[in-house]
Amino acid sequence: MLRYIVKRIGLAIVTLFLLSLIVFALSQMLPANVARAVLGQFATQEAIDSLNHEIGADRPAVVQYLDYMRGFVQGDLGVSLASQTPVWSILEPALINSLKLAALAFVIVVPISIVGGIVAGLRSGTLGDRTITIFGLSMSAIPEFVTGIILILVFVIWLGWLPVTAQWDEGAGPLTQVKHLLLPSLCLALVLFGYIARITRAGVIEAVDADYTRTAYLKGLPTHTVIRRHVLRNALLPTIAVVATQISYLVGGLLIVEGLFNYQGIGLQVFLSAQQNDFTVLTSAVLVLGLVVLFVTLVADILYGLLNPRIRFGTAE
Amino acid sequence: MSVVDPDLIGPGAGGAPPTLVAPASEARTARNERLRLLLRTPTVLVGAFVLLFWVTFAILGDRITPYDPIFDQSQDVLVGPSSEHWFGTDTLGRDVFSRVLAGSRDILLVAPAATLLGTVLGTAIGLVIGYFRRRVDDVVSRVIDAILVLPVILTGVVVITALGSRSPLIVTILIGIVFAPLVARTVRAAVLAESELDYVQAARLRGERAPYVMFKEILPNVMPPIVVEFTVRLGYAIFAVAGLTFIGLGIQPPSPDWAVQVFEYYSFVDPYWWATVFPALAIASLVIAVNLVADGVREVYER
Repeated sequence: MLRYIVKRIGLAIVTLFLLSLIVFALSQMLPANVARAVLGQFATQEAIDSLNHEIGADRPAVVQYLDYMRGFVQGDLGVSLASQTPVWSILEPALINSLKLAALAFVIVVPISIVGGIVAGLRSGTLGDRTITIFGLSMSAIPEFVTGIILILVFVIWLGWLPVTAQWDEGAGPLTQVKHLLLPSLCLALVLFGYIARITRAGVIEAVDADYTRTAYLKGLPTHTVIRRHVLRNALLPTIAVVATQISYLVGGLLIVEGLFNYQGIGLQVFLSAQQNDFTVLTSAVLVLGLVVLFVTLVADILYGLLNPRIRFGTAE
Repeated sequence: MSVVDPDLIGPGAGGAPPTLVAPASEARTARNERLRLLLRTPTVLVGAFVLLFWVTFAILGDRITPYDPIFDQSQDVLVGPSSEHWFGTDTLGRDVFSRVLAGSRDILLVAPAATLLGTVLGTAIGLVIGYFRRRVDDVVSRVIDAILVLPVILTGVVVITALGSRSPLIVTILIGIVFAPLVARTVRAAVLAESELDYVQAARLRGERAPYVMFKEILPNVMPPIVVEFTVRLGYAIFAVAGLTFIGLGIQPPSPDWAVQVFEYYSFVDPYWWATVFPALAIASLVIAVNLVADGVREVYER
């Protein structure tokens, strides 16, 4: 088990290192001139040279990378090119806002999709199963902004139940915040629903067909005990791993949904930094998001290992 | 040749190049069988019908729309749906119904082209790392993992911002390149399973070169997962192109593309909902159609 955990952590570190290289290379090779992009095309050459020198863009790429990574590890992400404020002071509140949104989306989607998947799996082939499966498949394919527009039309314009922006007023209580976040988190949740439900369904069907389930039935256990103890226990294991892999899609969804609902999260920040050519904020935001995705995946991998006796006792990897 | 059991190679041993690939007629029967199964699935038929509808309008475009989707600018600005303008008009007085009908063209060019690029690149990478394994596999697989940490749309924002220019071509290449590792992962798994089989060993032992074994021997046998991957990826490609377009980085105005329309008018959604809602519904219909077909294809190939 320890070997499994150490191996996972090692792989995550290697992946993070490669990711940082890729992001850094992108930010290096593509804007021919960061200062030019920031100051605009009418800036004088002296102004550009001096800004380049100030931000250290005139040093060799390797030095810049090492310098940047040293800062990143120590929690110093540099200074925003556009606003001259520390990058972390911009990213921190945005990240917290996004976590609230993502958490609400997960709280909505995980129970609903797992129950949906279990119902579909236990009644596979019935009308109920087909409905859940096709609904999930369709929802996971529709971009978040499309569902968002339809939800706004129904709940904001027609029914008038919910506010159109996700941003609440200063000092709003948790309930008001949830009310503002309901529509955007629903957009994220609907995309995730189909995939999680599908994996749960597949796990349930496999477990129902397994020999141990037949044995459990044949030794006379009541149906609900068989389902709870034998079917669900085995079926939910892959679901944990899958829920975690969806974190990457969720991060992608944040970019769209926060734009649509004008919510001050990290997705909107990425979008604004891109518009302002603010590469220090953009690359740091991307790396921080990469770190979040890797961390969640790592935790899920370890959790999966702990719950899976085949890995816990080291008989499989 | 003497080390190879003649039974492995089959009756062709010694004469014509031996092959264990199913004869052409057998492959054709399997293909017909799959097609017949596909056409018997109601969800696939619904999806195919909707897809055909949008493809038709993508080809015919502004030749059959009631108004010109780009240049027709009437005095009626932002009027709601009426018998004259079924879906209303936008801020420039353009007929939203005509724009929705003409709006499938760009996405139906960009998404399939990107998917094709990703599938071809990914298949090549997957064949190479699945065939050579060890070092090559380890190194390339790590890089693939690193690329896949980021969602497509985030990679898109960084790359397009850095490039400093926006166009459908850039989006096509970008999505193709980002999809390649995903396809490569699927193909790699199929190639690993396939490499264990005797016909690959036989080809190696007769001294065939690696490219020959990869592309002539293994590739035809891993086509089913590649076909499935292509159809599934197509749905994701539409998703990704629409997403990038919605944040202003993909297809550009004045194209009547649906995501462009949503991008341009979503801040007017209350009360001018028609300028956004109808194009949004059109996107929904297209992605659902593609996914219904893809789901059917996967079921048929994986049974």
